[in-house]
Amino acid sequence: MNARDDSKGGTVRAGYVRPLDIRHGRIDMGHGAGGRAAAQLIEEIFLVAFDNPWLRQGNDGAAFAIPAGQRMVMATDAHVISPLFFPGGDIGALSVHGTVNDVAMMGATPLYLAASFILEEGFPLADLKRIVQSMAAAAREAGVPVITGDTKVVEQGKGDGVFISTTGVGVVPHGIDVSGANARPGDVILLSGTVGDHGVAVLSQRESLEFETTITSDTAALHTLVAAMLAASPAIRVLRDPTRGGLATTLNEIAGQSGVGMLLDEAAIPVKPEVDAACELLGLDPLYVANEGKLVAIVPAEQADAVLAAMRAHPRGVDAARIGVVQEDAHHFVQMNTRFGGRRVVDWLSGEQLPRIC
Amino acid sequence: MKYIDEFRDGDVARKIGERLRTEADPARQYSFMEFCGGHTHAISRYGVRELLPPNVRMIHGPGCPVCVLPIGRVDMAIKLALERGAIVCTYGDTMRVPASDNLSLTRAKARGGDIRMVYSATDALTVARDNPGREVVFFAIGFETTTPPTALAILRAQREGLANFSVLCCHVLTPSAITHILESPEVRRYGTVPIDGFVGPAHVSIVIGSGPYEHFAEEYRKPVVIAGFEPLDVMQAILMLVRQVNEGRAHVENEFSRAVDRDGNLGAQQKVSEVFELRPTFEWRGLGEVPYSALKIRPAFAQFDAERRFGLGYTPVADNKACECGAILRGVKQPTDCKIFGTVCTPENPVGSCMVSSEGACAAHYAYGRFKDIPVKVSA
Amino acid sequence: MLVELRADERAVVNLGGIRKDVSIELVPEAQVGDYVIVHVGHAIGMIDPEEAERTLALFGEMAEAAAAAGAAA
Repeated sequence: MNARDDSKGGTVRAGYVRPLDIRHGRIDMGHGAGGRAAAQLIEEIFLVAFDNPWLRQGNDGAAFAIPAGQRMVMATDAHVISPLFFPGGDIGALSVHGTVNDVAMMGATPLYLAASFILEEGFPLADLKRIVQSMAAAAREAGVPVITGDTKVVEQGKGDGVFISTTGVGVVPHGIDVSGANARPGDVILLSGTVGDHGVAVLSQRESLEFETTITSDTAALHTLVAAMLAASPAIRVLRDPTRGGLATTLNEIAGQSGVGMLLDEAAIPVKPEVDAACELLGLDPLYVANEGKLVAIVPAEQADAVLAAMRAHPRGVDAARIGVVQEDAHHFVQMNTRFGGRRVVDWLSGEQLPRIC
Repeated sequence: MKYIDEFRDGDVARKIGERLRTEADPARQYSFMEFCGGHTHAISRYGVRELLPPNVRMIHGPGCPVCVLPIGRVDMAIKLALERGAIVCTYGDTMRVPASDNLSLTRAKARGGDIRMVYSATDALTVARDNPGREVVFFAIGFETTTPPTALAILRAQREGLANFSVLCCHVLTPSAITHILESPEVRRYGTVPIDGFVGPAHVSIVIGSGPYEHFAEEYRKPVVIAGFEPLDVMQAILMLVRQVNEGRAHVENEFSRAVDRDGNLGAQQKVSEVFELRPTFEWRGLGEVPYSALKIRPAFAQFDAERRFGLGYTPVADNKACECGAILRGVKQPTDCKIFGTVCTPENPVGSCMVSSEGACAAHYAYGRFKDIPVKVSA
Repeated sequence: MLVELRADERAVVNLGGIRKDVSIELVPEAQVGDYVIVHVGHAIGMIDPEEAERTLALFGEMAEAAAAAGAAA
């Protein structure tokens, strides 16, 4: 071995590469140029964190076996978020959960992830390391490894720190047919827990909106919850995670896809009192605020109790509730009986939700 | 949430609803205008209409700040961002108001304009402090509620000697708009637009007090009931209006006495009059030129007046011909009377200003109330 | 509810566990424990607890009257 020769004082062993200065270093254009600097970045930040046999092979892609005769699911999701770190999570964990959930919402068991990173010149290596470690922890917890990836660097001002795009593949067990187009009049709408947590946690950190709260993002992988639900009833018709645009937008999407209407009961929709208060303060409606760890399920009425019981028995579905029914409606309206005793249409989110000024 | 939840109690709402059904004379129609966008929003969001007897009709008024903002004013802000290189700061809803050349502030931003959404006028000052080399303009809109914060921002900018900050002032006044509606031929010729009374503004009245409405009640014989923004406030105010109509009275009553008195917030009024003076006339979208209905910055603060600072002139621009926002803002037409409502004009692609803000009559009706116009077959 | 006065005519309000920094330049008389109405980052007015109770009682009276009417019918 090339041990250091102390007697000569300070010679460097052959093949020594100075490690990245994680504490003070920043991304520069060289990290995206495909040379040694890029290789070192991948080695010391990504490989260390994601470590698995596929990545260790060092190929540009990953080969894996698929279970014979089953349908595969592929889903992809681009993640841009400001701020990158928020109470309860960060863009790294989010990029794993988001894609695992998109695969799971097809009724599939997620197997593998691919990830690509667009880094902005000047981005601190310490932040990158923190994000990648959080991503790796999320992947490990979910049992879905990141088996291939890519990194590019853009000039300063052309990115927002880091953008992460993740793609997931999974397989659908036999006998499962989950799709947004499957809702039928008479079906029951179930929700896995409180709405609005993620959006409020992120907004609380936004410059100029800044407020203090103990609310944290609900970002979480939901595939084990889905598995428990499908075990209770393989007849589940629709699964979807109400992310951007919130519950209201997700239900409108499904109503449109399935060609049905819906009637919700506002009093049955769980909202944390703090989320309610934050929405009050900002003039927002919790039904339109994003979630990252909740799902909506539409199930045949006779299966609703069994599925709801399975949800409540799972740690990610403790607050699950029956929030409404699917009905016939040529206009595909999502309507809601308000807690106040009136009735209204719950429309798509239009534009961005903005604080009211009157 | 104290002072909020108690005012949203569904059981009490049902009881006020029953009371209304008992007291409203089935032989007549009641039409009340809720002036404020905040009330429009509350009525829609909580489904208040469903709880009213069928012969009590609510007409949306022009009290939605972005709805009454004319195209020409938005054009001025866009020009500042795109041609003069200024950073333009504004409240969120203003971003989507349609302007000339198929632009809006959102679209001007996509073309490279530095346009920033702020939550408060104070945030615009922060932007100015952080960008000393750039001109920073606060595009200030709204009624008497947003005016005092703008006045404070200008006073603070003067104290700090902030040389790169100015305000494009588009603040408007509630009482002159109500007068204008009452003076409009449709309302004067009774029968075209019968307005039997007004639900008076909540937050605006906190600032100006209940006094300014006494004139309408007397002069035009129209009852006014000032109401808070919670749904029970609105229902109670409607009940109080029904009672006034039944008894042939036309007084100013105050349902929102927990926050509104006769004089309003005198300190806030003093700050406003220190910084602003009346404009002889101002164009409102839908209402046209309305005399003494808006504020401008006093000459003593000329350096903070973006119109003077950049030599901006106002060019009126006609609304889209098919758009009925004007008549809707005056209460003459309902959103569904407009040919392009819900087809060409939607919240995603607003043609008229009433479709922009969630407080606008068209957007509120599109988002919350459409099912009432279209028969829905319910099978479940 | 106002929970903390800060320098420069600012204060912290608490609404259902959410704390936010607002300007109280327009209600300089506001004290800790007062309920203020906030609009675009500024407290613009204060809530009079007695009047609030009176309004609620008004709803309540009506509710009783309606209930009585319903029972009689």
